This record gives sequence, structure tokens and C-alpha cells, in this order.
Amino acid sequence: MHHRPVGPPGLRRRTLLRGLAGAGTLLALPGLAGCGAGGRGDPNTVTMASNRANPAQREAVGESVGNFEAASGLAVEVNTFQSTAFQESINNYLQGTPDDVIGWFAGYRMRFFAERGLVSDVSEVWDRHFKDAFTDQVRDLCTADDGKQYMVPDSTAPWAVFHRRSLFEQNGYEVPATREEFVELCGRMRGDGLDPLASGLREGWPAMGMFDHLNLRLNGPEFHLELLNGDHSWDSPEVRSVFGAWAELLPHHQPDPLGRGINEAQTALVRREAGMMLCGMFITHSFPEEDLDDLDCFTFPEFDPAIGADTVEAPIDGFMLSGDPRNPEGARELVGHMGTLESQEIYTAIDPQALPVHTEADTSGFSALDAKVNDMVAGAGALTQYMDRDTRPDFASVVMIPALQRFVRQPDDIADLTATIQRQKASIFGH
Amino acid sequence: MVSNAPSPPQERATRPGEGPPRRPRTAARRPGLRNSRGDRATLALMLGVPALLVVCLVWLPAMATVVLSFTRWDGIGGLETIEWVGTQHYTDAFTIYPPFEPALRNNLVWLVALFAVPTVLGMFLAVLLDRELRGGPVYQSIFYMPVVLSLALVGFIWQLIYSRDQGLLNAFLAVVADVPPVDWFGDSDINLYAVLVAAGWRHTGYIMLLYLAGLKAVDPSLREAAAIDGAGPVRTFTRVVFPALLPINLVVLVVTVIDALRAFDIVWIINRGRNGLELISALVTSNVIGEASRVGFGSALAVIMLVISLVFIIVYVSTMLRGAYR
Repeated sequence: MHHRPVGPPGLRRRTLLRGLAGAGTLLALPGLAGCGAGGRGDPNTVTMASNRANPAQREAVGESVGNFEAASGLAVEVNTFQSTAFQESINNYLQGTPDDVIGWFAGYRMRFFAERGLVSDVSEVWDRHFKDAFTDQVRDLCTADDGKQYMVPDSTAPWAVFHRRSLFEQNGYEVPATREEFVELCGRMRGDGLDPLASGLREGWPAMGMFDHLNLRLNGPEFHLELLNGDHSWDSPEVRSVFGAWAELLPHHQPDPLGRGINEAQTALVRREAGMMLCGMFITHSFPEEDLDDLDCFTFPEFDPAIGADTVEAPIDGFMLSGDPRNPEGARELVGHMGTLESQEIYTAIDPQALPVHTEADTSGFSALDAKVNDMVAGAGALTQYMDRDTRPDFASVVMIPALQRFVRQPDDIADLTATIQRQKASIFGH
Repeated sequence: MVSNAPSPPQERATRPGEGPPRRPRTAARRPGLRNSRGDRATLALMLGVPALLVVCLVWLPAMATVVLSFTRWDGIGGLETIEWVGTQHYTDAFTIYPPFEPALRNNLVWLVALFAVPTVLGMFLAVLLDRELRGGPVYQSIFYMPVVLSLALVGFIWQLIYSRDQGLLNAFLAVVADVPPVDWFGDSDINLYAVLVAAGWRHTGYIMLLYLAGLKAVDPSLREAAAIDGAGPVRTFTRVVFPALLPINLVVLVVTVIDALRAFDIVWIINRGRNGLELISALVTSNVIGEASRVGFGSALAVIMLVISLVFIIVYVSTMLRGAYR
């Protein structure tokens, strides 16, 4: 509307109406987000929505699906959506005419749709193919409150503290196992002119990683899940202790994290300006290929001996069956296929951030980093999914991101902060 | 609202939204202005269809927003899952939603800043360019260029400039004045102003063009008369030209107000409108759009924004109507 030359009053009225139309479009946007393919009901075709859109992921999905087509004789139509855009439109998408098979996340985000009947029970597929294929933890993450499974998992991209092996060797740093060692190492790094912990929180969600890990180490995984499920008050000594521990670590973060994107923080690690970074396996995407061998990691250290350090934040991805698939038989077969050992191995070999979740996955071809992370997951006492996958999305994005950013900005008024979070939590969760 | 818009006399017999009239109204008929049956049908169609579209696509959703603002609904399931919560969302917005108050303040700062700098600067540039100096069109294109770029792209360009670690500005400051890096986007005390520079850069060109068009339309004899009466250039502008620009000034006023209220894309690109860059439009979006689907709460915020806009729009429309009937 900005390029309109000034004309007689009539034209200006039109400019005004256009302005209104613009404002109205903003309000009407949610209605435009439905994006499924049209109904066909062809018994020889299965449709699939994939939220894995970067080139390696596309290739990996394509290859796995190709094998399915060859083996089953069914044609699969894959619709790939950019991951964030898909996440933002999934509510409308699932209520429209969704594809038969849908790529999504395990845990709360899956249960939410299962409870509303937007995805179908796949426990029969689990009984048929996956009796012992997954650990109980993974099974629980794919199970809704009614005890049935609604997702077939295929891969995970766990979180850990990443660092450059060469930098650690060069400076004689030891991997810290406890809070004291961790803080001491941070101090040494600062003495050596490094930023100990790379940190880029401009997008908001990366801030959840530090809160989660401190919460898991100080209060344990059950508390993490219950807290995010809305069972506990946020204005509690437990939550305040998490922020307290974070406040102690804040001086060791890269300065001014709120203006820095997560990619810029990863770059600081790549360039040896920062010593460590708490991050997901997706950090592998930003490391140059020739440097990937130098990337190493360790599990976030223990903060309380009574709690230990064996909980791993391992967001699990998988595939769901839509509420009313057009080709139920074919869709079940495809969902089953995506969880098989063969598919997982094909997929995770191509996508550098993904590790298979199948218990029998062949780890011989793994890089040292993959093997280490895989052992962390295998030996984990509990698996959690990450704050924004373990709680209501409205609470995570609307309440927690601004709250965590505020904490980083003003770490000195924790009591007021937790009270603010609790008031909003009560309004959103209704209790 | 649409059908109340003033229309030239010949359109009055076929008000939009009423469909093709079977019978012309008796009292309103004036000799010489009568349309044939075909004209009337065509006019009714050409106005009725857009009017219907606007009503369906803009006014009905806007009214639905008002209704939804009194409910709790996650956007899933039929309308029977809607739960009425009265004015709770409005109370929440004003009491327990921390980003709301900064958003109101930031929108206001945005408005004042747009008026104070880019509008004045745009007017100044227009006056200079109106003097028909050589290379005028080149300058004009340079200043207007940012308007053509989408704000999303402008946001990206300024990220390259403002980035703390790799940005142009900090690199420049470090070389020239040895200043420690400034966190232009992350420091909530300054990031709004940093972004306003980016948004104002664009607004300037737009306002310049509006005034330039207005200045061209000012009768040259007015200026000659002022010059003969002994007025200098400044006095001529403030006492003669500026008052003659009243219609343009109104347009600029409304455009600036609407721009300030709709400001959205640049902060969304930078950090989703958080941490010092809260704006009402960004809050509406982060609540309603996306998986969050806090439809009711987001709608309440949208209604608050609508009410604020309406105040300005009513002022504008009533001024325009008075002008049209004079």
C-alpha cells in the first residue's frame, strides 16, 4: 500500500481501506495455513508429510522411502515442509486434509494430538514389528495417556556440551564431571582468553537448554516432567535454585548473548573463540566437514550427587499416522517401515545430526562423536525431550522464552521472575 | 462501514451490498444523473463484489476476533470446544503478561520517533528536491529505494550491520574509535532505537515521495504572491505552502500512525519481537499463529490494537467526510 501516489479524496479513502485490509489479513492469517494435499483414496498411493527439509534430510527420507516403494509396490508421495513453518501450521494442518503419514516429535507434543484424536493409534504396528526394538523409555515417549502408541520413532539428536578436542588437548583441559570442576574449568578458560560457554539466545528457544540441564541436574527428570506438565508451582525453591545456579554460570557465558543468534554462537566455537557450548547434535551442521573429527562432547556435569548426571536430553523424532488416513493399510506399512532397523540406519548415516534409536542399531560405522553420544543415550537413566517439547507450546513460547531472556538480562531478581512465571502458568494451565 | 463511505451522487442509488436494485428510488432521483438499467447493474456488480469480499474476508474475521477474545480455545476441534472466559484475557494482558506494557510503550515510542525524525526529514528532502536541482531524479530514487525493499529484507540487511560479533558497525567503531563491541540487538535499552533507525530509513523515503507529490500540486502563484509580499523561503513554506498541504499532511499523519501500529516484520525477523522489541502486532502473532494457538488471548491483544487504530481512523474518516461535503 505504500507506493500509492497521492490523489483525490476518493483515492485516499481507498488507501485507508487497504490499510484496514492489511490489518484484517493479519487477523485472518491462521485460517490460511491449511496446506495438505487433496483427497484421493488411491489404494496404491500413500502420502507423507516430512518436516525434515534440509538437503541431507531430504535425501535420507527419499532413500528410505524409495526402499519402501520397491519392497511394497506402493507409491509414496512425500510432501516436504520447512520444519519451523510446519510446526507453526500443524494445528490447522492436522485438522484439514493431512497426509497419511506425518513426521513429528515424541513426548508431550505427540500426546497433545493423540488426546484430541488428530492422530491414530499405531500400537498394532508396534506389536507387529517393534516388540523389543526400542527401550522402555523410547516406548513411553511414543505412548499417550491411554497406554497406546501413536508414533514410530526413528532418530534422535541429543544435547551435550560440545567442544573442540584439539583445544582441550592444547590447553590441558580435563572434561569436568562435577559442578566444581565445571566452574573451575570455566575460570581457567577465561584466564586463557576464551569465552568458556558460547551462548546465542536471540531466537529465544536456545535459552531453554541451560535451564533444562540445570533443572535435570538439580531436581531430576521426574521433577522436570511434572513441572513442565503443570503439576508444580514455578514459584518454588526448586525453580529458584535452578536460576541461582544459572546466575553463577552467567559470567562464564559469552557476553551479550541476547543479541547473538545461535549460529553466531556456534561459529565462536568453530573459530576457537569459545571453549564449550551446550547444544544439540544439530551443531554438526555448522561445523566445517574437515573439522568434524575435532568436535567432541561430554555430558552436562553432575550438580547434585543424589541426582547424578545420567539424564540425557534427547529429542526423538518419528512418524505418526493421521487421524483418518486415506490409505490406512499402506500408511501403517509405511510407518512401520520408517522405524525398522534398516531405515534408521540409512537415515542416520546420511543426516549428520541424527542417531538411530533402534536398540540393535549397528554402531560399528559410527564416528567417535556419534558413538559417544549413542553410549550416552544408551546408558541414560532417563530421556527428556527439551523444554518446548515437554510442555504446552503456548507456555513454552509465550511465557518461558521472554522469562528466560529477562533472567539473562537481569539475573538479580529471581524471586520476582518466578512469581511472574507462576502467575502466567496458572492462567494458561488453568490451575 | 463500507456502505457508509461517501459516494458520488450517481452511485448512491446502488449502494454496495444491496445487490442490483429492482426499482430506482423515487426521492433520490435527479434529472441528468440517471443511469440506465445496464449501468446500474454494472456498477452494483463492480462495487458489490469487492464489498462482499471485503466484508467476508476482513470485517467478519475482525468481528470473530472480538468474539474469540472472550473465549479460551486452542484452535482444535469444533466450535463446541470453545470455553467462555469473559474478560479474563483483557485482565491478564494488563496485569500478568509482562511483554504487554513494554509493547504499548514501544508502539508509542515508534509512533513518536517516526513523526519526529523520518517524517520531518522526508518533508525536508521533498522541499529540497522540489527545487528542481540537477540530478533530482537520482536523489529521489536513492531516497525512495528502501521503500521498495520489503522490511524483511531491510531487517536482514541491518542484521549484517548490527551483528555484535561480525557486524559492520561494530567493526567500524572498533577501527575508528576503539569502542568495545556494542550489543545493538540484544541490549534492551538500545535495540529499539537501533531498529527504529532501520525502519525510519525506509519511512523517510516514503514520506518524501508523498510530500513531493503534494508540493508539485501547490499552485505556483501562491509562492509568487508570498515572494512579492517579501516573505523569505522559510516563511513562505511555514505560512503559505505548508497550510496549503493540509490534505497531504492528513495522509502523512494517517500513514505514519498506521505504520507505527502495524510495525511488525522487522522486529519479527530480528528476535520475534522480544527482549526490548515487543510490539503489539508481534505479541498478537506469537500468541495466535503457530503451534501456541492461544487464540483467545491473542485475539484480545488484537482487539486492543484494533481499538487504538479505530480512534485514529475515525478521526481521519470524519475529517475526510467533512472535506468531501464542503
